[in-house]
Amino acid sequence: MTEAPEPSSGAERFHEDWARLLSGDHGTAVHPGLLGRLVSRTAGLLHRAQLDHPFEPQLAAEAGAELVDAHFTDPVVLARAVELLQRQRAADGRGPAVSGAFAAGWAAALRERTLREQEAIRTAADVARKEAERALRASEARFRALFESAAIGIGIGDTNGNILAVNKALQELFGAGPDDMIGRRVGDLVHPEDADGVWEAYEDLISGKRDYFQFDKPYYRQDGEIVWTHLTVSLIRDDDGLPQYQVAMLEDVTDRYRLQERLRHQATHDPLTGLPNRAAFFERLEKLFEDPDPGARFGLCYVDLDGFKVVNDSLGHDTGDELLCAVAARLKAALTPLGHLVARLGGDEFVVLLEKSRGEQEAVAAAKTVLKALAGPVLIGDHKLAVGASVGVLERRVSTTTPGAAVRAADLTLYRAKEAGRGRWILFDPKENARAVSRYAVSVRMPAALDRGEFFIDYQPLYALADGRLAAVEALVRWRHPQMGVLGPDEFVTTAEETGLIMPLGRWVLEQACGQAADWIKRFGDAAPQLNVNLAVRQARSAALVGDLGRILDTTGLDPARLQLEITESTVVGPEDEALRTLHGLVGLGVSLAVDDFGTGWSNLAYLRDLPVSGLKIAGSFVGDLHDPAKDEETGWRIVSGLVSMAHALGLTVTAEGVETGRDAERLRVIGCDWAQGWHFGRPVRPSEIARRIAEEPRGRPVAD
Amino acid sequence: MRRPNWVPEGTDLDKPNAARVYDYYLGGSHNFEVDREMARKAIALWPELPQIMRSNRAFLRRAVQFAAERGIGRFLDIGSGIPTFGAVHEIARAIRPEARVVYVDRDPVAVAHSRLLLEEDPGSSVVQADVRDVEDLMSRPEVTELLAAGEPVAVLLVAVMHFVQDAEDPWKLIAVIRDALPPGSALVLSHASLEGRPDQAEDHQRLYRMTPTPLTMRTHEQITAMFEGFELVEPGVVYLPQWRPDQPETVGEHPERMTGVAGVGLRP
Repeated sequence: MTEAPEPSSGAERFHEDWARLLSGDHGTAVHPGLLGRLVSRTAGLLHRAQLDHPFEPQLAAEAGAELVDAHFTDPVVLARAVELLQRQRAADGRGPAVSGAFAAGWAAALRERTLREQEAIRTAADVARKEAERALRASEARFRALFESAAIGIGIGDTNGNILAVNKALQELFGAGPDDMIGRRVGDLVHPEDADGVWEAYEDLISGKRDYFQFDKPYYRQDGEIVWTHLTVSLIRDDDGLPQYQVAMLEDVTDRYRLQERLRHQATHDPLTGLPNRAAFFERLEKLFEDPDPGARFGLCYVDLDGFKVVNDSLGHDTGDELLCAVAARLKAALTPLGHLVARLGGDEFVVLLEKSRGEQEAVAAAKTVLKALAGPVLIGDHKLAVGASVGVLERRVSTTTPGAAVRAADLTLYRAKEAGRGRWILFDPKENARAVSRYAVSVRMPAALDRGEFFIDYQPLYALADGRLAAVEALVRWRHPQMGVLGPDEFVTTAEETGLIMPLGRWVLEQACGQAADWIKRFGDAAPQLNVNLAVRQARSAALVGDLGRILDTTGLDPARLQLEITESTVVGPEDEALRTLHGLVGLGVSLAVDDFGTGWSNLAYLRDLPVSGLKIAGSFVGDLHDPAKDEETGWRIVSGLVSMAHALGLTVTAEGVETGRDAERLRVIGCDWAQGWHFGRPVRPSEIARRIAEEPRGRPVAD
Repeated sequence: MRRPNWVPEGTDLDKPNAARVYDYYLGGSHNFEVDREMARKAIALWPELPQIMRSNRAFLRRAVQFAAERGIGRFLDIGSGIPTFGAVHEIARAIRPEARVVYVDRDPVAVAHSRLLLEEDPGSSVVQADVRDVEDLMSRPEVTELLAAGEPVAVLLVAVMHFVQDAEDPWKLIAVIRDALPPGSALVLSHASLEGRPDQAEDHQRLYRMTPTPLTMRTHEQITAMFEGFELVEPGVVYLPQWRPDQPETVGEHPERMTGVAGVGLRP
């Protein structure tokens, strides 16, 4: 039944054509061995379909299906295969039927394959989608877990500032439920202590100008408490890069912040009273000067309690401390509501700072408030303590001063208030201040100055008008102040008297001057001048002076007759004055006395009669006034002349001070004035200059030249 | 910043995908309308594309045969796509029945499809990974296990690296893979070249910008540089049909029309 109707040469040609058809195009991608087997098998099937009896179209269909299975799916292959088949001679005219069956088999297989592949790819897509969804869910779950259980607070908001979601930590941070927070607006979370720039950064973020910012920021909790956070806000953009969400992460740093605050508080507050301390006060003060508005004013009230030392000394430090606390509380209660800062500078010193003063009146009002606040007695234990205070008030434009100068000025003004009597305020006065500055500088430095050898003595010559001879030299103490330069006695002696330093200083001057005078006598004999030394009131009242001077005269070997001590009119204030005894004691040593600056004090001529003095020095103002155009010169001369006559009547030697011209010197000589000193005769000079004069003027100098 | 790999990659079926477009070029039906639409446009511009793809597929087949005949029994097929026909394990096992293959693709649909297909095959596994995150790829357990034996491995980067942009430094990525390969391993690489059809290159690249995998054609020199550290086997980097043809006549008159170049390098 399988007898071949065609010569084998036809079958071979078909096989060759068939092989050529399949090895092109797609066939190149197939392994040559596989391709060879496919060619043989399909060619065989087609051969049988053409010739076998009975005709089995199924064989041709199978060949078509095999091609599709081997991925020969290109319709061009089908067309060319049918073409080839049609050229073949088939048995009993079944050629078209073979081609048809082949094509149908190919198409059916392709349809099946297409459906199968579509099914496969859809399944794969489905699997992939489900996998992606599962992964997304897992990822979401992870993110949700991360969000929900994160230790730091996380909030999500839209770019309009509406809060969309908050995690548990954030709810706890705010002490609020989700309903309290979701739907609120980010802009409502403003806090007065927000750092500069935080809201600008926020605006930049939600408008897409920046992607991220970090700040330390306080928030109000639901219960009104403040929570400090380290805030990080990030912007989430959509696929097109447009701002979509904001994510805020908040870490509770309240404890850290409080610790910092406490440390800062400790550093800036007085532990006893809780008021800002000196450092805090200076920090605030200096800040005013950093970048002041033109015309900005500030005020300072320096407050010092009156009589605090007494309380401390008599009732003990505990009571003193309690008193300070009570004072601090009163000052704070009275002045803080006015917007002023109250600080404790130390001891019983407080200060009120007006950071934005509207004028002197406001500072004065603050000072009055201070005094009023401290007017009532303070009850401490069983003690009802009356505390008063003195206040130095300074009110200036910021641009006219510096923090250091302002504080010094306020302090000195306070000092003046103290001096003027307790329980009062005094307003800063530039002139008074200048004076006080020197006194302040003097009193602070003087105690050590003597030890450091900062004092020295100059000598001013006194000439006898009758013969132009160098009659005497007045010892004048000088202070070479390290900051202020050389100071004269008028600039520090008053302070020295107040502080008691005049005693050692006076002793030192006597020692030095007596030693110097003894030296001149040794060198120049009778040509050496008499020594005049000023005696301070306090020295004259000291019982020790006579003994001290006796020792000094012994030590230096100075003849007491060559020493004259100058006292002022105020040294002796009445017939019972104990100073009188000292003066008599001095005279007893053989020393002479002269009244200095005569005519400027009480000038009680009656007492003058009782004093053991032998000389009188007419105050420099009398001679100086002779040339005052506002005053009549001749009247002046009559006064001077009268003083000379009076002194001579009492048997006193008269010296004119402040003589500046030869004309005056000549007239004084004519009047009969004994001695004269002043610029005309020479300013105070170093001892060597005196020695030079002694040596060079053995016969004196012309008085009027 | 590298995205943590536990954040899932989406499946975007609304966009044409290179693996499915490739399947369509090869006459397969593992594709969606969006893929076919893109493929038809490409073919309208460049009618030879299906032929080029077949030529590429034929190179893959010949190169795998070459490797298997040299005794390589382990294959790492990166960018395997949808193995429409002539999958690597089928080709290799015709020569080495014990051959093992790890398929890698970044497209979740291609991976899902491959897994369905290879479910029953213990010698094959499928990994979803991206060659651009080469450290991640090389650290996958399937991959490390394939390399662990120290036996030579043939790494296939067939029509893949032109989907990696210059900024992502394909040369560096290959070097990382190379350094993990045992001696005797092979690199099988084909790549769209600029020189074959300069007139078509620009349009074609523009078309691929629609896909999640833009196409970067490169010069012969740039492609040859990808074999750094490998010894190129004869005939070097050549047009697809020129690489060790089954018969001289299958090269055709204009191999450059196939535009792709290919080569195989061996790691000393």
